[in-house]
Amino acid sequence: MSEYEAVIGLETHIQLNTTTKIFCSCKADSWNEPPNTNICPVCTGLPGVLPVLNKAVVEKAVLLAHAMHAHIRPISYFDRKNYFYPDLPKGYQISQYDMALAHGGYFDLPMPQGYVRRVTIHKLHIEEDAGKTRNVNGQRYIDFNRCGVPLIEMVTGPDLRSADEAAQYLIRLRQLLRWLGISEADMEKAHLRCDANVSIRPKGSTILNPKTEIKNVNSIDAVRNAIQNEIERQIREVEAGRRVEAWTLDWDDETQTLRKMRSKETEADYRYFREPDLLPVRLDDAWKERILADFPELPLARRARFVDQYGLPEYDAEILTAERKLSDYFENAVRAYGGDPKKISNWMMNDVLRLINERGLDPAAMRLTPAYLAEIQGLVDAGTINLTTAKALLVKVEESGSSPSAIVEAEGLAKVSDDSAIRAVAQEVLAENPREVDSYRKGKTTLMGWFVGQVMRKMRGKADPNVARQVLEDLLKE
Amino acid sequence: MSLTLAEVEHIARLARLELSEEEKIRFREQLSAILDYAARLQEVDTRNISPTAWTVNVQAPLREDVPAQGLPTSEVLSNAPQVQDNQFRVPPVLEG
Repeated sequence: MSEYEAVIGLETHIQLNTTTKIFCSCKADSWNEPPNTNICPVCTGLPGVLPVLNKAVVEKAVLLAHAMHAHIRPISYFDRKNYFYPDLPKGYQISQYDMALAHGGYFDLPMPQGYVRRVTIHKLHIEEDAGKTRNVNGQRYIDFNRCGVPLIEMVTGPDLRSADEAAQYLIRLRQLLRWLGISEADMEKAHLRCDANVSIRPKGSTILNPKTEIKNVNSIDAVRNAIQNEIERQIREVEAGRRVEAWTLDWDDETQTLRKMRSKETEADYRYFREPDLLPVRLDDAWKERILADFPELPLARRARFVDQYGLPEYDAEILTAERKLSDYFENAVRAYGGDPKKISNWMMNDVLRLINERGLDPAAMRLTPAYLAEIQGLVDAGTINLTTAKALLVKVEESGSSPSAIVEAEGLAKVSDDSAIRAVAQEVLAENPREVDSYRKGKTTLMGWFVGQVMRKMRGKADPNVARQVLEDLLKE
Repeated sequence: MSLTLAEVEHIARLARLELSEEEKIRFREQLSAILDYAARLQEVDTRNISPTAWTVNVQAPLREDVPAQGLPTSEVLSNAPQVQDNQFRVPPVLEG
């Protein structure tokens, strides 16, 4: 069998997190709301209405275009895409076609294997969503809530070479969208939808063979599985001497299979023409500069900087930059602390993240502020508390909102390093456990950890474990 | 300029319309006449005119992202021929 490589391009629809729809003042997000409750004459296509463009949609799209290094057009146009379907009340979708908001650009994907895949961006435009059709017992029901919800359609070049790369594209895109604050990018809520174009060719070849289009791959796993499935199917076809035909396939997540779909309209059938109800979008330099004034450092740049500037392992840097607020939290804590950033990273990667995940906290709104986390590490450094106390203190700060020092003082959590107090407890422990003492003296020195643990327990974690060990060793020598 | 019958059938399919043989012939004549009429625009010399969709040179009016009350569901559905569970009920669409 010869070697093949996959040629994959992805088309994504990104739901922007604006408050209102793209061309009317209806609420954009209707998740879990009853059907036909966020609609008006504009988004239901009643006669005589005019669309008015939502400024925030343009601004959010400019942020994404800039992140993709795309060229942003100073003048762009809306176009009508005509097709007949019951969930499209106007009979056309307002979209952009040949003079969209942005064109060109690329997105670099660092792969876990260590290489970077550069994906070119073919198309980036804004458009309105259609409504939702539900099929129930042979009946079709239409809900227009989603009509007019703002979308960005972004299409890549045929640059991805495996199902894993395609999955990675979605993972990084989702991260970026949340980072930029332009979409919730929740695939389960269809904020981020994906179609995949797949073909294969002999490895090393540069030809483009007929491709199939897979619809409805709406989770990271679905993208990976559907594409892998299709690559294998196409290889089997070619190996059997058959040709791959340009089908449209539907991914069924339940059965993990692909099914051939009805053929759709071709591009010419959409009869695109300029939307006469909307003027062109003029994006002058002043507006563009205002939009990009607060453009953030992007996740991959920040990840690299964390490694360089703070000497963090790649692993830590990756986790700490998964989300923008989390990485801001980390950096604020490092600044407040002023010592070894790795110590703050260790707290973040274990205790702080666990707290965030278990309690569903927003890193930017925690009562355990970055400054308090820094203060806790400061107390450990100063020998005021030990690590066990510090871990418990962290939770107490989050629960009470009081400062770490105040809690240490109020609850008497400061570490006892006074030898005599520890010595008394250690003697008690040895007296209560003659069998263990005997074993230890006969050479089972691994019991030392257990003895230290007993002392710590009796002192409710306040003893300095190093002092306790020293004292115990002395006593057991006698 | 005369449309072929196949073109008329294609246009009808995009609009999900089913035409009788007689209608196809009639609409072929009517549509062809409309196209002929529009084709008169081709007689205008546009060599030195760039494509123009708008003659006004102004920024599209933009709307702040602030919500407003839309229509009550009952009103939205009041014109629908068939309604069920606050949704429009529609016949199956001609597929393909």
